[in-house]
Amino acid sequence: MSLPIDSNPSFSDYAHPERLVSTDWLAENLSTANLVILESNEDILLYDMGHIPGAVKVDWHTELNDEDTRDYVDGAGFAALMAAKGITRESTVVIYGDKSNWWAAYALWVFTLFGHEDVRLLDGGRDKWIAEGREITRDKPTTTASSYPVIERDDTLIRAFLPQVFEHFGKPMIDVRSSEEYTGERTHMPAYPEEGTLRGGHIPSAASVPWAKAAAEDGTFKSRAELEAIYLGEAGLTPGDDVIAYCRIGERSSHTWFALQFLLGFENVRNYDGSWTEWGNAVRVPIVKGIEPGAVPTGYGA
Amino acid sequence: MSELPAALAEIVEDFQAVTEPDRLQLLLEFSEELPELPARLADHPDLLEQVVECQTPLFLTIEVEPAGDRRVSLFFSAPPQAPTTRGFASVLHQGLDGLPAAAVLAVPDDMPNQLGLTRALTPLRLRGMSAMLGRIKRQVSERVEAPAS
Repeated sequence: MSLPIDSNPSFSDYAHPERLVSTDWLAENLSTANLVILESNEDILLYDMGHIPGAVKVDWHTELNDEDTRDYVDGAGFAALMAAKGITRESTVVIYGDKSNWWAAYALWVFTLFGHEDVRLLDGGRDKWIAEGREITRDKPTTTASSYPVIERDDTLIRAFLPQVFEHFGKPMIDVRSSEEYTGERTHMPAYPEEGTLRGGHIPSAASVPWAKAAAEDGTFKSRAELEAIYLGEAGLTPGDDVIAYCRIGERSSHTWFALQFLLGFENVRNYDGSWTEWGNAVRVPIVKGIEPGAVPTGYGA
Repeated sequence: MSELPAALAEIVEDFQAVTEPDRLQLLLEFSEELPELPARLADHPDLLEQVVECQTPLFLTIEVEPAGDRRVSLFFSAPPQAPTTRGFASVLHQGLDGLPAAAVLAVPDDMPNQLGLTRALTPLRLRGMSAMLGRIKRQVSERVEAPAS
């Protein structure tokens, strides 16, 4: 019983317009049955300052991760989390958040690991909703616990691990971090603290396309033509390519994964969530410093 | 182990006395109590130092009494859409503002870890708060050591 797709004409050029909803669409559907709105932010106090009426908070740090296994929650954990948030396997889930939906895209990617069928992003996220003067509330909705099946997480389709990055050499990779991180000048985001990565640089042969290039000023995604100019033009991707995207811990690259997979229609895009915190520190793992992508390491690639 | 000043110790106790969700609620309340910059600073953002370790823009400065106890005044500026950062700033403001320089300098550097938020917040966040404290202490010691002008 999915909700109708947002027929907003600005989405129609995208490969999968059913993955986005506009603020207009959400405002009209706020009280529609079977819709669950989730807020996923970087700043975990923002939800409590006011959120879209009826929205439930999801915390990427404490709810989607399992710190003991350095992994995402397993099938049972995800089922319990969904049930607590009133989500069923048939729910239409709309996720939004701060910073151009950066953490919302990350949550959506985790939902996709569990094959949740109808999960969409609110284009423009929290900032756009608020900038348009739409209603926000501090009232937390009362959620009725639902029942959600235990689905085994599928890490094969949209997730890459370090050994698979080696196997991938010779095919395109996108590094979505800032150019200072890419060149190795710094190992963390500008204005963010050092995180203890030993080496600065990038994975050999990866192209640099900072994630925010996919976002317009108002936090919405750029048009298909603009995205094609960036990813097919500047970054040199060809339709049908297998692509791996990475960043520092996999959150910014989820935003790029979303753009490549659902807006441009690449069918084989994987997010390497170990990203630079793993690659930059791993033993016998080559890196390249500077602005040039660098060559595929000897012995790898086609 | 150095003692926390009374006001800050009380705040730490308040945080430790409640459950994790309530700690976050408490931090939100602190964020809402962070005072605006006085006009003399609001009109001169160049007088503030950015704490680049914070995940969102945070600027701070201090003033130290020229003589006597050398009491310290703290001033912070952070946008409303950065409640976690504002909350930390506000904890430091309420816990340290008006204290003698020596008391500020005696605050242990790991004080942010005592708030009981190490699980709820990422290490990045807590490091941001430690960085605020570190920059406050550095500014205080620079002022105290500077020859009287």
